[in-house]
Amino acid sequence: MADHLLRVTSLHKHFGGIAATDDVNLSVEQGRIHAIIGPNGAGKTTLIAQLSGQIRPDSGDIEFGGHSIVNYSTARRARAGLARSFQITSVVMPMTLLENVMLAVQGTGSHSFRFWAPVKHDTALKDAAMASLAEVGLDDRAGRIAANVSHGEQRQLEVAMALAMKPRMLLLDEPMAGMGKEEGSAMVEILNRLKGSITILLVEHDMDAVFSLADRLSVLVNGHIIATDSVENIRGNNEVQRAYLGDGYA
Amino acid sequence: MSWLPANWSTRIYALLLLVLALAPFIFTWIGQPFYLDLLSRALILAIAVISLNLILGFGGMVSLGHAAYIGIGAYSVGIPSYYDYYNGWLHLALALTVSAVFALVTGAISLRTRGVYFIMITMAFSQMVYFTFLSLEEYGADDGLVIYSRSEFPEFISMEGATGLYYWIFALLLASLYFVHRLVHARFGRVIVGSKYNEQRMQALGFNTYRYRLVCYVISAMMCSLAGMLLGNFTSFISPDMIGWARSGELIFMVIIGGVGTLFGPLVGTIAFVVLEEALSAITIYWHLIFGIMLVALVLYGKGGIHGWLSLLDRKEEDRG
Repeated sequence: MADHLLRVTSLHKHFGGIAATDDVNLSVEQGRIHAIIGPNGAGKTTLIAQLSGQIRPDSGDIEFGGHSIVNYSTARRARAGLARSFQITSVVMPMTLLENVMLAVQGTGSHSFRFWAPVKHDTALKDAAMASLAEVGLDDRAGRIAANVSHGEQRQLEVAMALAMKPRMLLLDEPMAGMGKEEGSAMVEILNRLKGSITILLVEHDMDAVFSLADRLSVLVNGHIIATDSVENIRGNNEVQRAYLGDGYA
Repeated sequence: MSWLPANWSTRIYALLLLVLALAPFIFTWIGQPFYLDLLSRALILAIAVISLNLILGFGGMVSLGHAAYIGIGAYSVGIPSYYDYYNGWLHLALALTVSAVFALVTGAISLRTRGVYFIMITMAFSQMVYFTFLSLEEYGADDGLVIYSRSEFPEFISMEGATGLYYWIFALLLASLYFVHRLVHARFGRVIVGSKYNEQRMQALGFNTYRYRLVCYVISAMMCSLAGMLLGNFTSFISPDMIGWARSGELIFMVIIGGVGTLFGPLVGTIAFVVLEEALSAITIYWHLIFGIMLVALVLYGKGGIHGWLSLLDRKEEDRG
């Protein structure tokens, strides 16, 4: 067995009578991009929310770096090195891109009970934030207010904030949601550059993006993983095609 | 003229502070010493409103119980004075300690709730303080308590004269403004402001938002108790009436009139509130009605309050460099 950074064992989550997560088992290898695909309502975002701690599972275990984190708060998981981006853009809209990413850098520090020194003159904070903005190609827009930039740039900001946390693993919830073709391929390029240096769990609808990025694929249908395999094998899997992909990818 | 602040709003605030610094002389000059009384009261309330704005405006925590901390500050002067302890440092230590402890305990509970529940629970705690003071027969209960002599700080100018007390108030006002300015631009303040707009994101970034909010709440309460301490000295008479929940509501109005989440908004909002109250009540006994209509209009149409209007004078800045 290879080195698994994230290991999920028989995770269950019910909302009323609906099984949003039904006995999910999942292992993500260090340094790989593992994608989760599945139709709308399959429970992908619910799964991400359980991994990052916004939702508590009913049962099952989540191991990260060899430790069970299932009882950790969201903030503690983030500090342990598990960073997420949101499907619906979730940044601090009235702040500039730089200020947003600086907050992310701040989160990696020991604590923020510093009441006096202005962050504006905090070069360590600023440099680290600018480096993350540069990684996603937003460094020339650092001073713009998040609410005023395009949707695609807000999505890139999401990724920049996640990267600024210097995480051991990224949980990306549909980073390309709502993007045009050009913005989408820019994002694919960004993620491709990260490939190998950081472990990523990627939830994404754009099949071309998934097939070009992912090392491994899991198919989630009705809260249950029906298949986990390499990209080539998933593309050739009849069951998966019936459940999800349709004829276009045969 | 490069020494002038770039923005018109900043210039107006600088001018306002200059006028406030010279106010005792101006009022003597024009022969209206009563105005100094009015202004002293306004600036004391402004400190309370600045403290409320720290949690409400910058932190998104709408507290309807901040008057309780005015009460704690005022009684920290009143009760020791009742036993002839006039040492100002004692009053100060008492005000800061009691308000900090009370804020820590009640904040720890209140901050587990959000929105309207937070409003109600902070109001409930402040009513507890109100009824506690109301039931203290020894200290006058609802008849109130007379303070015969003001806090004594032998190291500084005396609070006894109207002008001396005014400069105490003015100095603490400046300190409050500067303190809030530093706080919101420091790491701590960035977390507080970020949590106002997007708490989920802040948690995902690794911040225990509850802890930061609690500390902010305690700081705000301690600042507010300073206003209470000044008010006790200023009025020389304190009663539970000054800390009812209606007073807490007035403080929220003052924040809104001035401009939520801005540095100088609370100051101009409070001055406007106090001056309007005074002017309208001189015209008619039905002034509450007029005042009420003005407040409703302001909340509905006056987006951004007085600070918002002043900012219209500034060069439009879409983004920051």
